[in-house]
Amino acid sequence: MLLSDLPKGALAVVDRVDDAHADDPIAQRLRDLGFVDGEAVRVAAVAPMGGDPLLIQIGYTRFALRRAEAARVSVRCEAAA
Amino acid sequence: MSADALRIALVGNPNCGKTALFNLLTGGRQKVANYAGVTIERKEGRFVAPSGRVLQILDLPGAYSFDAVSPDEQITRDVLEGNYPGEMPPDLIVCVADATNLRLHLRFLLEVRRLGRPVVLALNMMDAARRRGIVIDVPELSRRLGLPVVETVAVKRGGAQALVARVDGELPQPAPAQADDAASRADLHAQVRELLAATVSMPRATAQLDDALDHWALHPVFGMAILAVVMFLVFQAVYAAGKPMSDLIGDGFGWLGGHVAALMPAGPLQSLVVDGIFGGLGTVLGFLPVILVLFFFILTLEESGYLPRAAFLLDRLMLSVGLTGRSFIPLLSSFACAIPGIMGTRSIQDPRDRLATILVAPLMTCSARLPVYALLIAAFIPAHRVFDLFNLQGLVLFALYLAGILGAMAVAWVMKHLHRDRSEHALLMELPAYRLPKLRDVAIGLYERGAIFLKRLTGVILALTVLMWFLSTFPGAPAGATLPAIDYSFAGYIGRSLAHVFGPIGFNWQMSLALIPAFAARETAVAALATVYMVGGDAAGGGLAHALASQISLPGALSLLVWFAYAPQCMSTLAIIKRETASWRNVAISFGYMFAMAYTASFLTYRIASALT
Repeated sequence: MLLSDLPKGALAVVDRVDDAHADDPIAQRLRDLGFVDGEAVRVAAVAPMGGDPLLIQIGYTRFALRRAEAARVSVRCEAAA
Repeated sequence: MSADALRIALVGNPNCGKTALFNLLTGGRQKVANYAGVTIERKEGRFVAPSGRVLQILDLPGAYSFDAVSPDEQITRDVLEGNYPGEMPPDLIVCVADATNLRLHLRFLLEVRRLGRPVVLALNMMDAARRRGIVIDVPELSRRLGLPVVETVAVKRGGAQALVARVDGELPQPAPAQADDAASRADLHAQVRELLAATVSMPRATAQLDDALDHWALHPVFGMAILAVVMFLVFQAVYAAGKPMSDLIGDGFGWLGGHVAALMPAGPLQSLVVDGIFGGLGTVLGFLPVILVLFFFILTLEESGYLPRAAFLLDRLMLSVGLTGRSFIPLLSSFACAIPGIMGTRSIQDPRDRLATILVAPLMTCSARLPVYALLIAAFIPAHRVFDLFNLQGLVLFALYLAGILGAMAVAWVMKHLHRDRSEHALLMELPAYRLPKLRDVAIGLYERGAIFLKRLTGVILALTVLMWFLSTFPGAPAGATLPAIDYSFAGYIGRSLAHVFGPIGFNWQMSLALIPAFAARETAVAALATVYMVGGDAAGGGLAHALASQISLPGALSLLVWFAYAPQCMSTLAIIKRETASWRNVAISFGYMFAMAYTASFLTYRIASALT
C-alpha cells in the first residue's frame, strides 16, 4: 500500500520509493532523507483541511509530506513493526 | 593575515544547530553578505584560537544531500567541492550533526567524507542527547568513521571548547575521495544503520516532550486555535510596541528638523534639510521598530521550531492558491508592513514559491494605508448602521482588507497558471525538535536584519525622498501666486499630466498630484491632499474631511480607496524587492501588475458607482 493511504497513528515499514516521472527529484530526495527499504514509518499527525499534508515520523525525524509526495512511497504493514 | 588563516567550512543538515555554533564561535564578529549574483546569505566570521592562529569560518547553507534540490544546497556542494567561482575551497570541513537525530545527519556526513578533504564531526546538542538517555560511543564512532569526533553544546558558553581545541591542532587525514553515483548513494543508508547499531543506544526515537507539544500544536482544532492566539499576540505587540516607536521616530525627526530650520535662513536649502533629509530619515527609520518587533517574533518562532508547524497547518490553504505553507508568516507580517514580510521570505527555500510570495506580499493591507483609508472613509462613507448591527464605515474598511487578500489569492492563482514551470514543487519539510530560543541567536539575527535594512535601503530611499522633495519644491511659486506652491512645481505639472491618465478612473488633478508623494510613503497622501486643498483656499474652514467631501465625488472617492488597496507602493517596498530578488525585472513586474490591477479595479469601481449614484 502507499504511505499516503495509511491512517493516522498507523505503523508501517518502507518498501521503496517510486519515481512519479523520469528523473523525479522529489523521489530522489525522499530516498536521501531515509525513505529506504526496511525503515519504520508512522503517520504522526494529519493537517486540518482535507488531511493534507501528513506528518511522517521516520527514524528520529518528523517530515511534513504532501499526499502527492507520500504517494511515491510504498509501505508494508508488519505486525509489531 | 588571511594567507595563514585556516579556512574552515561549517556544514550540516538544516536544524543541526550549525548557526548557533557559528554564533558561539565567532560572537558578533561576522560578515554577512550575499553569494555573488544570488540572494543567499554568505556568513563568514573569524576568531583567534588559543595557539594564536586565525581561524576563518564560513557558515554554509544547511543541506540534506549533495544531490541539491535548492540553490542554497547547490552553493554548499559547489563551495565544498571547490567549484564555486570566487570561493576558495576550505582547508577543513566541520560537519555538524544533531546528536539526537543521527540517522539523518550521519548520512550527510558520509557524503561529505567522500569529498576526500579533512573533516571533523561535531556532535552537537549533546546536552539534549544526554537528557534523553542517548548514549554514543564517541571513540568507537570516530574509529569507524576514520575521522575526529568532538562533542559540542552550541547553546552553552564554552560548549565548543573541544571543537576549538581539535581544529586548532593538526589537520586530520582526509578519507580517500570517492565518486558519487546512484549505487554508492543507496549504500549510505546501510552504512549509517551499521554505525548506529554499533555506537548508539537510544531509548526512544523521539523526545516525549516533542510528542506531547505536537499533539496540541498540530491538533486540527486546538492547533489552529494556538496559531490564531500566537498571531494575535504578535500583532498586538507590533501595534503596542513597534507603532508608537515608529511614530516617535517620525515626530522626533520632525522636531529635529524644525530646530535645524530655525538655525538656517529660509530658502531652498532649509527646505531640503527639513522636508527632504529630516522628513526622509524620519520615514525610513520609522520603519525600523516595526521591522525589529516583527523579526523578533519571526526569529523566536523560527528558533523554537514553531514556524514549520504553522506552515504544516496552513499548507493546504496556501497551496490551493499556488503558494506554500511557508508563505503564511511573511504574508501575515505584510499586514504590518510589506518590508519585513518580504525579508521574511528567506525561510522559503523553493525559489518559485519565494518569488510568488514576494510578488503578492504588497497586496496585504499594510498599516501605512490606514490613515488614508480612515480619512477617506470618514469623509465619504456615512456612519449609519447596516441591519442595525454593522457600522457601514467599518464594513467598508473590512471590505478593503478583504479586497487585498482576495486580490493576492487571485494573483497567486494566475501566476501559478501562467508559469512555464508546471513541475511539482515539494513541501518535504522537516519539523525539528522544539527548542528554547537563545537570546544571543535572536539578537544576532535581529542585528543582521536591522543592518540589512539600514545599510542597503536607507541610501536608496533617502535619494528617492530627496527627489520627491525636489519635484514638489521646484520651480518655486511666482510672486503674487494664489495657489499653493506645489501647484507650480514639477510635481504640479506631473499631477496635471497624470490627471489625463487618471481621469477615466475619476481622479481630479489634485488627487493625481497626491499620488506622487504617496509613492514615497502612503500616509503622506493625506498631507498632500491637505496641502493642495487647505492651503489652496479651496476649503473655507472645516476639516480636511469636509474639504474633500465638497471637492470629490463619491464615485471618485471610492475609486481612490480601491486604488490604494492595489496600487504599486511604496518605493521602499519596491526597493526591498530589488534587494531580495536581485532583479529589476521583478520590480518592474511588481509595479506593472499592481498598476494594472489598481487601475482596472478603480475604473470598474468608478464606473459602477457613477452609474448607481
